[in-house]
Amino acid sequence: MCLAIPGRIVEIVDEESQLARVEVAGVRRNVNIGLLDRNSIRVGDFVLIHVGFALSRVDEVEALATLRLLEELGEMQAETAREITEQTK
Amino acid sequence: MKYIDEFRDPEKAQILIREINQLVAQIEACRKLPLQIMEVCGGHTHAIFRYGLKQMLPSGLEFVHGPGCPVCVLPMGRMDDCIALAESPGVILATFGDAMRVPGSHKNLLQAKAEGADIRMVYSPLDALKLAQDNPDREVVFFGLGFETTMPSTAMTLLTARRVGIRNFSLFCNHITIIPTIRAILDSPDLQLDGFLGPGHVSLVIGTEPYEFIARHYLKPIVISGFEPLDLLQSLWMLLRQLAEGRAEVENQYARVVSMSGNKAAVAAVNEVFELREFFEWRGLGSIDHSGVRIRDEFSEFDAEKKFHVPNLQIADPKECQCGEVLKGVIKPQQCRVFGAACTPQTPMGALMVSSEGACAAYYNFGRIDISAHPVVADSERGTAV
Amino acid sequence: MNTRFVCSFPLEDLQRGRGRVTDSSITLAHGSGGKAMRDFVQDVILGAFNNPLLAPLEDQAVMDLQELLCIGDRLAFTTDSFVVDPLFFPGGDIGMLAVNGTVNDLAMSGARPLYISCSLVLEEGLPVDTLRRVVTSMRRASDEAGVSVVTGDTKVVERGAADKLFINTAGIGVVPVGVNIGASRARAGDKVLVNGYLGDHGCAVMLARNDLALEADIETDCQSLAGLVARMLEICPDIHCLRDATRGGLATVLNEFAQSSRVAIRLNETALPVRESVRGACEILGLDPLYLANEGKLAAIAPAERAEALLEAMRMHSAGADAAIIGEVVESPSGVVILNTGFGGGRIVDMLVGDQLPRIC
Repeated sequence: MCLAIPGRIVEIVDEESQLARVEVAGVRRNVNIGLLDRNSIRVGDFVLIHVGFALSRVDEVEALATLRLLEELGEMQAETAREITEQTK
Repeated sequence: MKYIDEFRDPEKAQILIREINQLVAQIEACRKLPLQIMEVCGGHTHAIFRYGLKQMLPSGLEFVHGPGCPVCVLPMGRMDDCIALAESPGVILATFGDAMRVPGSHKNLLQAKAEGADIRMVYSPLDALKLAQDNPDREVVFFGLGFETTMPSTAMTLLTARRVGIRNFSLFCNHITIIPTIRAILDSPDLQLDGFLGPGHVSLVIGTEPYEFIARHYLKPIVISGFEPLDLLQSLWMLLRQLAEGRAEVENQYARVVSMSGNKAAVAAVNEVFELREFFEWRGLGSIDHSGVRIRDEFSEFDAEKKFHVPNLQIADPKECQCGEVLKGVIKPQQCRVFGAACTPQTPMGALMVSSEGACAAYYNFGRIDISAHPVVADSERGTAV
Repeated sequence: MNTRFVCSFPLEDLQRGRGRVTDSSITLAHGSGGKAMRDFVQDVILGAFNNPLLAPLEDQAVMDLQELLCIGDRLAFTTDSFVVDPLFFPGGDIGMLAVNGTVNDLAMSGARPLYISCSLVLEEGLPVDTLRRVVTSMRRASDEAGVSVVTGDTKVVERGAADKLFINTAGIGVVPVGVNIGASRARAGDKVLVNGYLGDHGCAVMLARNDLALEADIETDCQSLAGLVARMLEICPDIHCLRDATRGGLATVLNEFAQSSRVAIRLNETALPVRESVRGACEILGLDPLYLANEGKLAAIAPAERAEALLEAMRMHSAGADAAIIGEVVESPSGVVILNTGFGGGRIVDMLVGDQLPRIC
């Protein structure tokens, strides 16, 4: 129901009005970062943007964990497939 | 694009599809299929169609498209009120593009604009606030739409308006909350759902805790899901595992942005500006208790409903329209008696046909022809497609 | 308020005179038939477009039929009006658009574009320098496309009756013998090609309006396709379908082909050339690049056996460096465009009801 896109903070534009410049694939826009814990974000971080506001930091560790889980799942499948072919030999 | 492209990897999708197939077969051994999974969020509906996920999944798995599309559930009377506001002298109505084609009882915002109303499409409520600053002799009304994801942004905008002292700005508040509506769906007697895909972006604001009752009281599993195709497939896999193992829990697939407690600053901003309405009218679903918010009295100078006269009429949905049954998952879009005939994207009768997140529009645009029935001729590049 | 470029002043006056527009903005006087109008035509219009067919300043341009017959056996004739806000945007402007739009419409029949007209509707108060920039750009574009502006007209309307500047151009071209391109000629097995990145123009103009406060280095793709089409026809004289993917984007053109030819078109999402920044803007705004306007992109349907050679020739041409084979024609379901998603699924790519609007959900 809500379109939100990860973008990278390239610059803190204005501390007082809580504006940061965010980039998505070369497209730039100022977004409000007032809903994030200011101490936890810095230039280079990825944030999730919805209607001009950053709503959340994107957690790289969690993102990688999700992808790694899928890789492991793939390896397990390959392993099982190997076992099955060996058994049928 | 980081955090997007990795989650659209077709090879990893195949890994998940294999797991899903296996689980569905395993479940089939114990119970009757199909399994009915409701994706609560319209963004998920859109993604399912955009990536053609349905055709990649076993037929024993059915999606029921939930009510999580704020423009789809907006009752006609509210749309009429919005148009009346836009047509008030001196008003600039600022809105998200999504609302432009939603039918009121006589016209939509696009038609009102053509007839002379000053209606501007904006990307952010802050852009609407800037419009007010740039047009001090006009009244800017922002058409506030959306669930908990969007609420903090409008709340922050009102807080900014008050701090800076912008007097010619107000909000026509139509924000709604998803939890009471999920509860209403769960209470409906004709319910046949087996589990839920939870709305990821709402959850990054409210956290995962508010969904606990679904697992605890209704014994239905729910997985909070992201919006990329791998997110959706992984969430489905997690959900099926719960079903296969007889568990009913709240699980979080979208941990890269959703935490258990949500975004506390966002919730605080929402609570400062808004309070629950006793009830709110949903198109197709009727009145649902505590399912909408209004602006608190302390901010009434920014409340368009207090600043202007709005007709505030209740308009009944067209009789033929079966949006409500589609929203509850009782019927599929193409089973509606007006689908594709009296109700098409050109002449939408119900809002589900308007928004690109609306289940009916998605079916009509992306799925009305069963493309899997048409074999691919010499499609060497991507033989796995359908 | 009506100025023919060709007006009732003694010809020698115009050609000899040193009329200059000294006003800084357009007034109703520039369309009133007085000296201001004469100076306007002489300075701004003739100054930009002067050529042997325009120079006599008659009420019409007169062309030699024999010359046309040397090129082909049929005339192609088209017209288009141009209204764009803003008038100037990254990589182009309304003048460039007005020339290439009409040139490309001619070229899509396989015609060699030759002559175009230029009708201007000016809102009073338009800065004269703005108009000079526009007509200069039209001249440059017409030189590049190999056409001449040979006739025209100017109207000045009161402030508020038009938005700054509207341009209508009509064009005439000649279709070479044997070329037979038509939307109903797609056959199962044919390949679908485009000549480069999709959606640049729509995206560039949308961002230039700045309502959305997004910034990106995206320029319009506005260019003449006449040279490219000529080259394509050398390689494959039997191109079946050809259309420029302007308003409504590639999706609309392909739907037109599928419906006229009663075939289905299958696209491969991974083969579609879309610039990363255009993709980014589309992700942010919830738009689909397949529906964004282009002003220098064509969709071609050609027999499969010539497709690779055609692609190679297109890529050698400056207007087709990023060309790609993006899909193929199949028999059914008739009249439908299907996208094989990069993800392994498929979906219908339908015609749009109206404009694509940015969305938040």
